[in-house]
Amino acid sequence: MATSETALGTTKAMVLNMGPQHPSTHGVLRVLLELDGENVITAVPDLGYLHTGIEKSCEDKTYAQAITLTDRIDYLNPLGNNLVYCLAVEKLLGLEVPKRAQYIRVMMVELQRVSSHLVWLGTHALDMGAMSVMLYCFREREEILKIFERFSGQRMMTSYIRIGGVAVQPPAGWRDQVKRFLDMMPARIDEYEALLTENRIWQGRLKGVGYLSPETLIGLSTTGPGLRAAGVAFDNRKAFPYSSYEEFDFNVVTRTESDCFARYLVRVGEMRESLKIIRQAMDKITDDGPIKTEAPGIVPPQREKMKTEMEALIYHFKIFTEGFSPPPGEAFATVESPRGELGCFVASDGSPKPLRVHFRAPSFINLQALPFMVQGQLIADTVACIGTIDIVLGEVDR
Amino acid sequence: MTQLANANASVVVERLRTWNAQAVQQVIEYRGETTVVVPHHLLLATAKQCKENPDLNFDLLSDATCVDRFPIEPRFELNYSLVSIPRRDRLRLRTSVSAQQPVVDSLMPIWPGANWLEREIFDLFGIHFEGHTDLRRILLPEGFEGFPLRRDFPTEGKR
Repeated sequence: MATSETALGTTKAMVLNMGPQHPSTHGVLRVLLELDGENVITAVPDLGYLHTGIEKSCEDKTYAQAITLTDRIDYLNPLGNNLVYCLAVEKLLGLEVPKRAQYIRVMMVELQRVSSHLVWLGTHALDMGAMSVMLYCFREREEILKIFERFSGQRMMTSYIRIGGVAVQPPAGWRDQVKRFLDMMPARIDEYEALLTENRIWQGRLKGVGYLSPETLIGLSTTGPGLRAAGVAFDNRKAFPYSSYEEFDFNVVTRTESDCFARYLVRVGEMRESLKIIRQAMDKITDDGPIKTEAPGIVPPQREKMKTEMEALIYHFKIFTEGFSPPPGEAFATVESPRGELGCFVASDGSPKPLRVHFRAPSFINLQALPFMVQGQLIADTVACIGTIDIVLGEVDR
Repeated sequence: MTQLANANASVVVERLRTWNAQAVQQVIEYRGETTVVVPHHLLLATAKQCKENPDLNFDLLSDATCVDRFPIEPRFELNYSLVSIPRRDRLRLRTSVSAQQPVVDSLMPIWPGANWLEREIFDLFGIHFEGHTDLRRILLPEGFEGFPLRRDFPTEGKR
């Protein structure tokens, strides 16, 4: 940082605080900008304003109780967080989830991906000055949140994905609701593209901004749309398929320019691919069938059984008071979150509470690239770069 | 579970053993995941081999995490999750350090992305990473005392 005395006629760099309260940092992010006029010399993110000790809190809860904490890590992708945690615990337990439950999981997680990208697009456009796009995106997102409310009773923090499957059976009439959403959505995405993609101001703000080479990005552990916009087709759903993704037909959207505009195109493309997956999942989900695996002592029994059968009652009691104990060991599960590779590392010591739960948060890791992206660029480009990385502070800080 | 089974595991382990048999202290295959336990003084060299050997080619450091095994010694168990994007393969490197000397080499020279991952482990567990260019707290405030994710630090915090 420049702190020396300056001679007459020379300039001195100014250190300015961007955040933690700032409309464009997408949460409580503080970035110290060292500026030479309008140009950024260095940018140093200062994190921790939303650190709530989620990983430590998980150690005090049973494995099933901790699911409710996972919702709140990446609060725009609660189902994805549920899924990655449940996959890790199911790995530890050696549980096999029934296909029908896997298809339901895929459908819900892809709906969550569309919802997350809609928020990203709306807020990113708002930062760039295209305010109406924000309202349109949130209007569509309302439809998704209504679907979640129908399924789980909650719009956002659903905790719908549970260890062994999903929480409850899909509600009556869900197919019509999802179908209506799928029929409406492609035209709406066309509307957003009509407003933005060919727009001279949008292109002027985003093209050529925040370029990083694919080698730099991989070195910085960046994953997700940021890496795919640099031409590296790494998507966990294809590379390390989980939860029956290998049965679905979809493309991995990539670009090569690796600037903010390329990342925009990748995310819009991903929204369209997600709609394809949701439609396929909807067709695969049968009207009747299991939503949880049969694992007495781990997965709670059906309520009807619990009220009539002695063994089911005992299992229910043991699960909800003591919890279940996975064998000692560690497991690391990964999913493709809207932000990149979301991972969950769970270590068990044979007790009903996890020894360690750690989340590989893509926002936290992708944010490392920010100082490299904004060097030498304008403050206005800093806003574009923070938006293009797509951070959620709950995930950055946990 | 439909995650890709680690078919390449034996090849990876064999390459590492050929390079330096001392480095492969133990190999754990559990639930489709391969973990290579490395003595902490060989961590940096092994990581370099994992990245630069063309048969291994682990170009992405996905995650670095610490488990506090208190009161078992060695207390701190570091787990590094590596990904090879071209070979579609995963590997975990594990090493342990004691409570008396919680120091290990930083992997920043190999993967620059280790920067914040190691800062977080330093912040929450107090492990010192030798060779890290900017080792300071990242999530907790500067003046914070203690390392909260250690098992002997209470969840409610100290007052």
